Amino acid sequence: MTINKEAVKKISKLSRIASNDEFETSMIKDLNTILKFVDQLNEVDTKDIEPLSSVVEQKLFQREDVVKKMNEKEEILKNSPNKNENYFVVPKVIE
Amino acid sequence: MSEITKLTLVELTKKIKSKELSALEAANAYVSRIKKSKKLNTFVTETLDQALVSAKNIDDNNLKSGVLAGAPIAVKDLFCTKNVQTTASSKILKNFIPPYESTVTSKLWDSGAILLGKLNCDEFAMGSSNETSAYGNVINPYQESGENLVPGGSSGGCSSAVSANLTSSTVGTDTGGSIRQPASFTGIVGLKPTYGRCSRWGIVAFASSLDQAGPMTKDVSDSALMLDVISGYDEKDSTSANIEKGDFLNSLNKNIKGLKVGIPKEYIVDNMPKEIQTLWDKGIEWMKESGAIIKNISLPNTKYALPTYYIVAPAEASSNLSRYDGVKYGFRAPGKDLIEMYENTRAEGFGNEVKRRIMIGTYVLSSGYYDAYYLKAQQVRRLIKNDFDLAFKEVDTILTPTTPSSAFKIGDKTNDPISMYLNDVFTVPVNLAGLPAISIPAGFDDSGLPLGLQLIGKSFDEQTILNSAYALEEKISFKSKVIDWWI
Repeated sequence: MTINKEAVKKISKLSRIASNDEFETSMIKDLNTILKFVDQLNEVDTKDIEPLSSVVEQKLFQREDVVKKMNEKEEILKNSPNKNENYFVVPKVIE
Repeated sequence: MSEITKLTLVELTKKIKSKELSALEAANAYVSRIKKSKKLNTFVTETLDQALVSAKNIDDNNLKSGVLAGAPIAVKDLFCTKNVQTTASSKILKNFIPPYESTVTSKLWDSGAILLGKLNCDEFAMGSSNETSAYGNVINPYQESGENLVPGGSSGGCSSAVSANLTSSTVGTDTGGSIRQPASFTGIVGLKPTYGRCSRWGIVAFASSLDQAGPMTKDVSDSALMLDVISGYDEKDSTSANIEKGDFLNSLNKNIKGLKVGIPKEYIVDNMPKEIQTLWDKGIEWMKESGAIIKNISLPNTKYALPTYYIVAPAEASSNLSRYDGVKYGFRAPGKDLIEMYENTRAEGFGNEVKRRIMIGTYVLSSGYYDAYYLKAQQVRRLIKNDFDLAFKEVDTILTPTTPSSAFKIGDKTNDPISMYLNDVFTVPVNLAGLPAISIPAGFDDSGLPLGLQLIGKSFDEQTILNSAYALEEKISFKSKVIDWWI
């Protein structure tokens, strides 16, 4: 599969990364190089092979539902680039 | 003073405990050396004044019960440190001050260690040369004919700082080789523990099914001590292993008589320098001399590990890094609406390599391509793990080179992502299988640059690779050739 300008535009939209001509040109080159490299996997017969998403063999555990005090509101808000009282501020989303 | 910074972590902590050395003397030695070593660009953030205050407090109140009491330690800038800027070497996290401490670093401070600062790395740990950091290249304390070299990556600030004696030891993270490859490039020991051995809580996430924190130290005993401190079950990380803690330093034993060591034929790769093959052969001889039994083994899917990794890791990264949106913390760029604000923030806040990986990850997870790429890669990942499972029925550990080359010059591989990725050809399979592996300095190439050998172990059998490394270390008797050219 090859990636063209349209595809790069679509992926950058999905990735929420602003795109321009320079970015698209370099991404077309890089993404195609990388995809060509990973296409080697097509040589491997994986029929009936169970996909491995995690090497962890233990089961997920359950814990008591206990309230713990951590990461208080004030501390969390401190790092926001734009805040107002108890809220994060973002550009207007409702017309 | 410089003699203090040459001590291993085990020696230093012993001297502080016995009061042969005060914590303040130790901290002062590191602080003055760090101040003279700016040229290496190992630190993103320094906490030197605070370190001196903490050291004095340890002396004044005789707080010497912790195993690391008074040890000055800088950590990779991927670990969240409470009230100390944590950037992951990215512009997008500039000025981020975590309100909490990662589990691994809390264990260091609970054991009495003192924070010296945060060490430079590749942006979000994506890179093999530390050249993707938004805070500049790190320089390797080893040079080639007076020319600067990369320290490896992504834990390049860590490897350079340990090698140059700017920290008594450190913790890095390893997703595809980020502890072992830089350790090999700088002549130090680097240990990637089994996936689940150390908690990932509070570590800036890259690829969650592969990331693992581990020690980077001057010698094998130091790595055992450090692993004793940082490992253990943590209810805050659902993938951390609920098993008994090891007692790695006390169990360290160089008797490896009868140990079965596998040599995988697939690790002989094209264009591998002769010096690396020679070193590997020497390693085999050293193991034999120590009484180990050498067995030839096969890991047939080795060549598919890198392509598998470059689907799995970017896929997980694209998901993990979606949180950087300019709203809750870090950098924000303006935009006329919310979507444009997100897009501008991420375009300006992320560097090129990170954007490349987010794009690849998004593509392989996108509708219509998921089965062809992501699912396929997960199936091949299973085959790679099966190879190791089968091999470990025959052998106790596997010996390989750590890297296919020694440290290279800055800028040498930045134009071709694949040539950069190939650095990790011997380290990546271990992450995909979740196994532990250690790199130890084993010699020098013809240019006088350090080279490492890697020992891979069975799941949760760090002790065997530590013991094998300990035996090898005695045979090798590696001596650092770092001369303080930058001071």
